[in-house]
Amino acid sequence: MKKKKNRILIVDDELSVRKSLEEWFLEDGFEVETAEDGEAALRTMHAAGPFDVFVLDIRMPGMDGITLQKRVHEVDRDATIIILTAFASVDTAVEALKLGAFDYITKPVDPDDLSHAVRNALKQKELSEENIRLRDKVTELSLSSPIIGESSKMRQIMETIDAVAETDATVVIRGESGTGKELIARAIHTQSPRRFFPIIAVNCGSIPETLLESELFGHEKGAFTGAQYRRKGKLELANGGTLFLDEIGDIPAQMQVDLLRVLETKRFTRLGGNQEIASDFRLVCATNQDLEGLVKDGSFREDLYYRVNVFTIDVPPLRERPEDIPLLAKFFVEKYARAMAKPVKEIAAEAEAVLLDHDWPGNVRELENAIERALVIGRDRYLQPADLPLQMEREVKRPSALALAAVEESHIRRVLRERGGNVTHAAKALGVDRGTLYNKMKRYGIERE
Amino acid sequence: MAGIIYVAFLNGYRPPREDRLAQRLAESFPSRLEPLPVNFDLSTYYSPERGQYNATLILAHLLRHLPEADAKIIGLTNVDLFMPVLTFVFGQAQLNGPGAVVSTYRLRNEYYGLPPSMSLLYERTVKEIVHELGHTFGLVHCQDYSCVMHASTYVEEVDLKEARFCSECSAELGG
Repeated sequence: MKKKKNRILIVDDELSVRKSLEEWFLEDGFEVETAEDGEAALRTMHAAGPFDVFVLDIRMPGMDGITLQKRVHEVDRDATIIILTAFASVDTAVEALKLGAFDYITKPVDPDDLSHAVRNALKQKELSEENIRLRDKVTELSLSSPIIGESSKMRQIMETIDAVAETDATVVIRGESGTGKELIARAIHTQSPRRFFPIIAVNCGSIPETLLESELFGHEKGAFTGAQYRRKGKLELANGGTLFLDEIGDIPAQMQVDLLRVLETKRFTRLGGNQEIASDFRLVCATNQDLEGLVKDGSFREDLYYRVNVFTIDVPPLRERPEDIPLLAKFFVEKYARAMAKPVKEIAAEAEAVLLDHDWPGNVRELENAIERALVIGRDRYLQPADLPLQMEREVKRPSALALAAVEESHIRRVLRERGGNVTHAAKALGVDRGTLYNKMKRYGIERE
Repeated sequence: MAGIIYVAFLNGYRPPREDRLAQRLAESFPSRLEPLPVNFDLSTYYSPERGQYNATLILAHLLRHLPEADAKIIGLTNVDLFMPVLTFVFGQAQLNGPGAVVSTYRLRNEYYGLPPSMSLLYERTVKEIVHELGHTFGLVHCQDYSCVMHASTYVEEVDLKEARFCSECSAELGG
């Protein structure tokens, strides 16, 4: 992959200086823009930005270098600025450093000093950006959970993730609220070649329509009331990585047009700007809505539907994979026990039965909340039905055939785990002979450890 | 890469081993190399404050001597060159343009208080000519320290690199 050229803006009132520096940096492989004064520099910054480095002369008619530096930083807080100064104005150069300039060099410049100053500035910029990326990565890792589930449906999903992660295909993850769609998106990203770049998540349903555009596309300073600084949008931040658009069915009609254009060209402009920005990201979307229905009733564009609907992963609701409930419950017990610095509890068989009996309309998120609550209020070393939210206890229904089988499977798995996988001991504890237990293990796909 | 490269000896200056120069340059550029004596008053481009000659203006003047529009020209001189904002330059070129100029002034060992060395001066001159001509063919500075297009702001760096293009620069040059 050809390395992206660094961009530099040179501001000096002397044409010969501008020309010399322009030639020097062009030969060094930069993309160069020049401006003869502060006003022209700000115009160039808006029209042709962003720039990686600014080289500003300190003494210029009209707006001087220090004022220009402040104005540049008002637009772009992270701008890397190198001040050019004559010996006579070194004091002013020191003031510029205090105001956040990266370095200053005196005219005439030793070619080696110039190259070093710019190389160091770029290095620091890269390190600073890398630092932010790594911090985000650490936060992302600390927040992420593994995908838990041994049911055939979840195994199938994990196999699908393995297959699709390596590609750059757009993925739509469908499922009810709380089924863990974002977790799957993160797993796809983590296993993809883009894993060293960020995954940027945007919940299109939770951001007001008026803010969503600026959130996605970013904005220039002054693009609207309150836009005090230039701000990169999520599309730009996702460069190199993955953009995760949650609740994609909630994207307003006009923005669907803009988004389609970005997906086709991978280029866009910030609000209030006219500089095209390229961003190379992989798109993963999620929805709990019937996208085909939305296309039919005209609230979701058909062309956008076909653009995003390349690969689909359907996440089943928790009630359709009850065999995963005990595993998930155990995982959340351990997670919250650690977070609350409490000893890890066992889940009492009665409590497990309540968990298995519940319909989980809020899916895994509801289960997680129920376990967290139970750990807060529970006093016993076992998690008891009384620790669970009241409506669950009251909701004891006549178990369906499916639920009964699930209870049996889950109970067998638990007893086997408790006996370290020893079938003889587990059969004894369950009050059945080994042959019966083997048959049941075979029926439920339980393998010997 | 086509056309002629004119090697202009400014005001009769002859670089070391000039008889071998054309052959050495032909190893890097398949273009035809022609010597071109050029005489003009360099003192017009002398800066008394700096005690040096303005490379940008010399290059601009040199271009007036370009015999054909699709040819390239490189001027050779032994005066100390500067660009307005820089303390000195070994040479200057127009990126993707027709002209370049190289000075041997700071390529000489004597400038650094060392005994003269004709062979070192010859090697450095060849490298700087190839480097500046490389710019006129659109090449920018290369990260490979042994490539002739590696940026050199000290003569030691000129000595470190070789008088040839690395494979990437060579490919970009079209050969």
